Amino acid sequence: MEALTAIVIGTLTAASVYLMLARNFMRFLFGLVLLSNAVNLTIFASGRMTKGHPALVPYGEDAPLGVVGNALPQALVLTAIVIGFGLLAFTLALAFEGYRRMRSVDTDKMRFAEPKEDAQK
Amino acid sequence: MTSWVLVMPIAVPFLAAVAAFLWRANPAGRMISLGGSVLTLMASIALMVAVLDEGVIAAQMSNWDAPFGITLVADYLSAVMVVITAITGLATAIYAMGEIPEATERLGFHALFQTLIAGVTGAFLTGDLFNLYVWFEVMLIASFSLLVIGGGKERLDAGIKYVALNLVSTLIFLSGIGLLYGITGTLNLADMREGVANAENQGLVTVIAMMFMVGFGVKAAVFPLFFWLPASYHTPYFAISAVFAGLLTKVGVYALMRMFTLVFVGDVGFTHEILIWVSLLTMFTGVIGAAAQTDFRKILSFHIISQIGYMTLGLALFTPLALMGGVFYLVHHIIVKANLFFVAGLAKQYAGHTDLDRIGGLYKSAPLLAALFIIPAFSLAGFPPLSGFWAKYLIVKAALEIDAWFVAFVSLLVGLLTIYSMTKIWGLAFWKPHPDGIDPTPDRAPPQVTRAMLTPIAGLAAMTIIIGFFPEPFVQFAETAATQLLDPTAYVDAVLGGTP
Repeated sequence: MEALTAIVIGTLTAASVYLMLARNFMRFLFGLVLLSNAVNLTIFASGRMTKGHPALVPYGEDAPLGVVGNALPQALVLTAIVIGFGLLAFTLALAFEGYRRMRSVDTDKMRFAEPKEDAQK
Repeated sequence: MTSWVLVMPIAVPFLAAVAAFLWRANPAGRMISLGGSVLTLMASIALMVAVLDEGVIAAQMSNWDAPFGITLVADYLSAVMVVITAITGLATAIYAMGEIPEATERLGFHALFQTLIAGVTGAFLTGDLFNLYVWFEVMLIASFSLLVIGGGKERLDAGIKYVALNLVSTLIFLSGIGLLYGITGTLNLADMREGVANAENQGLVTVIAMMFMVGFGVKAAVFPLFFWLPASYHTPYFAISAVFAGLLTKVGVYALMRMFTLVFVGDVGFTHEILIWVSLLTMFTGVIGAAAQTDFRKILSFHIISQIGYMTLGLALFTPLALMGGVFYLVHHIIVKANLFFVAGLAKQYAGHTDLDRIGGLYKSAPLLAALFIIPAFSLAGFPPLSGFWAKYLIVKAALEIDAWFVAFVSLLVGLLTIYSMTKIWGLAFWKPHPDGIDPTPDRAPPQVTRAMLTPIAGLAAMTIIIGFFPEPFVQFAETAATQLLDPTAYVDAVLGGTP
């Protein structure tokens, strides 16, 4: 199970790096989404994988009985997903507004904050 | 009692943010933000008093004992950073009353600004690694919005670069957290110190340490990860770029200082050696980049990078004197740098632009502003007896103490080049006549604008002079802070209750 997860994380990271190297800002964003998923899986796997032991407290007990899965990484991943979702929503809106005003998603053509003629001064 | 002292500096700006958001379309919103900043300053001074009284203080949130719950903890370094954040916040809130137009206020400027202050303060106070990530995000989302608020091609362009690079660094930081949790089984920083020291695979720990160095390095804008900073810091409102310049990169430096004194101290020869070279290159490339610019704020932005190098150098040399210099530098730099951006904003009000080729004559027609520019500018360059002199003196002395001649040489050389940039601003903006033949007198801005913008400039300049002429208590404070960093027993005991 760990090996499979590691391969999935690696593949996701490789794909995201490939996408983030593009000049197209939308591709960069898709890369960011994949990378954030890879990171979330990393956190999940770092809590160790246990199969078929849900972290549930049986009815009438105060604590779970026997071996249970580690619930903390799940809480962490949940937090990270929510935060990541918020940031992604903001970034998408920013990208759209940027496209509307600059008429481009090509990062080479986005030179309004640092115009090229600066270099010749 | 202790927990209230620790919570208030975070809670007050959050409450102010909520209130300011509800009254954003009303002039009252401005006063809420100002009042919130004053209360935050009082709360942080109360925290400082408590820390001076009791040493390191810690509080467990919701009474979940460490290391299971979230801990808030303040040692000398955290306390002074919280106070300086509140001071910068108050100065910015006053400055914003003069600069920020009503339309931007209606969009919720004050709410975002208070959220930013809350995020920064939270990052300084937390004793939990994942909680640090959450505070980083609070700070980031507020800074994203503040950067692009007001719109325009330049800001959107700058915003996209800033957002993209910061999000990547956040993800690197987050995966570092995941892996470190996998090794140590804890997220509490004090508990993690032991966990990392006992880890079987020290090589893996070093790899994770490098992930943290890269993640925080992007935030702190060190070489070669700083490119987002000069791409974005010259575009937003001056109040915003001042608070960014003062505080945001310093959160990265603080996080580096915390992690690389508390947790990652197993292989100092390797990690801190890298930091030395990174610091030297940061100092040098920053100052050279500044020399190539002719825009007021772009020069200042590159100088942030160059100065960050001095602070990380204090950490990298890893002696008591060097860390003391680093802490002192951190405090001095926040005051000076925010002030220089404030001056740039007022200079634009008077002279009409920030491009140094298109302004001039400020010395003749606005001598008060010229005098108030000289103080932070020369402090930044390290002229005695201003605060920057003592900061540089401590770092260089620390380098000479361990016979690091080259490090001392680069520090002094970069100081010299800083003077070059500052005299360039002085010559072009203040001495040379205005190219359009106009007199950039203070009459060119409404009097209430001048008043609101000049007050924080004068206040921060006064602080620079006070630290410069009476450095003794500040140096002693920095010395204790450095001692606590190098020997975090008190920190660990305060968090874990003395019984591991």
